Amino acid sequence: MKRVTLVMPLALVTVLAAPVAALAGSEDVEIENAWARASISTSRPGAAYLTVRNTGDVAVTLTGLATPLAMMPEIHETTVTAEGISSMAPAGEITIQAGETVALEPGGLHAMLMGLQSPMTEGDSFPLTLTFSDGGDVTVDVPILGIAARGPEG
Amino acid sequence: MNLALLRKILWVLVGVAALSFAMLLLWDSYRSEQGSDEPQVFRAAFELTDHQGIVRTQADFAGRWMLVFFGFANCPDVCPTTLSEVAAVMDLLGNDAEQVQPLFISIDPERDTPEVLADFVPRFDAGIIGLTGTPAQIALTSDTFHIFFERIEEASAPDGYTMGHSSQLFLFNPDAGYTTSWQYGTPAEEILVELREYME
Repeated sequence: MKRVTLVMPLALVTVLAAPVAALAGSEDVEIENAWARASISTSRPGAAYLTVRNTGDVAVTLTGLATPLAMMPEIHETTVTAEGISSMAPAGEITIQAGETVALEPGGLHAMLMGLQSPMTEGDSFPLTLTFSDGGDVTVDVPILGIAARGPEG
Repeated sequence: MNLALLRKILWVLVGVAALSFAMLLLWDSYRSEQGSDEPQVFRAAFELTDHQGIVRTQADFAGRWMLVFFGFANCPDVCPTTLSEVAAVMDLLGNDAEQVQPLFISIDPERDTPEVLADFVPRFDAGIIGLTGTPAQIALTSDTFHIFFERIEEASAPDGYTMGHSSQLFLFNPDAGYTTSWQYGTPAEEILVELREYME
C-alpha cells in the first residue's frame, strides 16, 4: 500500500508536468507573417500576430516574449463561447510539435503588448523576440499596419 | 528527504492540480450559463453619450440600418478586429454606406469616457459612432440588447482587469428592429452579401 500511495501521485505529477518538459530545437523555428495594428497612444495595449513554424523533429515550447516596445509583452488567448461571448486570458507556455505551425492571429492567440514605451505608428516596425524553453530565442521584425488592418497584407 | 515527506508533497501537488481542474470546469459552465440569453425579436433602445459628448438614442438613427457592436477601447484583439471588418463593410457598400450607421457601444464605462472613444473609433475612418454612459445606462442597454458582459479580474491586464463580452455584430433595420447577427470572425465580404440582401 505504501508503495502504491507513493507511485500514484508520482505518476500523476509526471503526467501533468510532461508538456513542460524542455526539448531542444528552437534553432528550427521559423517566424512568418508577422504584423501588428497601429495603437492608440501608449495608454492602451497593442497586439501583434505571427505564425511560428517548427521545422525540426522535436517539439519546442514558446515560453515568453521580449521587445523594447513594451514593458510587458505576453501571449494572450481570446476565446469565444458558443454564445458569442469573448474574453481574453494569458495563454501560458505554448508547445509546438515537430513539423507543426502555431498561428497567432486575430481572435485567437496574440502577442499582447502592455506598457507601450512609444505609440505604435503605421509604417514603423519593431523587433519582437520569442524565447523558448531550450534557452534559444528568435527575433523577428514586426511591421505596424493601419489600425483597421485585417491581416499581414493590410 | 524521507519518503513520507515526499509522498505528502506529491499528494499536495496532485490536490492542487485536481482543484485547479475542477475550478476551471466550474468556471466554464458558469460562464456558458451566463451567456445563454439568445437574442430574440426586439427593438434597439438606448440613451447614451456619443464620442463627441452628444446624447444619442435610437431615434437619431431612424430610417437607417444600424450595425451594432459591443466592446471596449482597451481590447487589443477582438474589438479592433471586428471594427476593421465593419470598416471594410462600410467601404465595400460604396454609395449605400449612407444608409448604414455603425455603432460601437462600450461595456467598460469605467474607462471608456467619450474622450477615450473619441480617440478610438474615428481612427477606423468608417463613420463609426462610439457610445458610452454611466454604469447604470450601460447595464440597461445590455439588458435591452440581450447581451452579456462581465468584468474579469486579471492581474496582468492593464488596470488589473479585462472584460468578457458578447462579440456578435448586430443588424437593426430602419425601424430599429433586430434583424440578424453575425458571429465574431465573420469576414466583411460575407456580411456585405447578407446585408445587401436585407437592404433590398
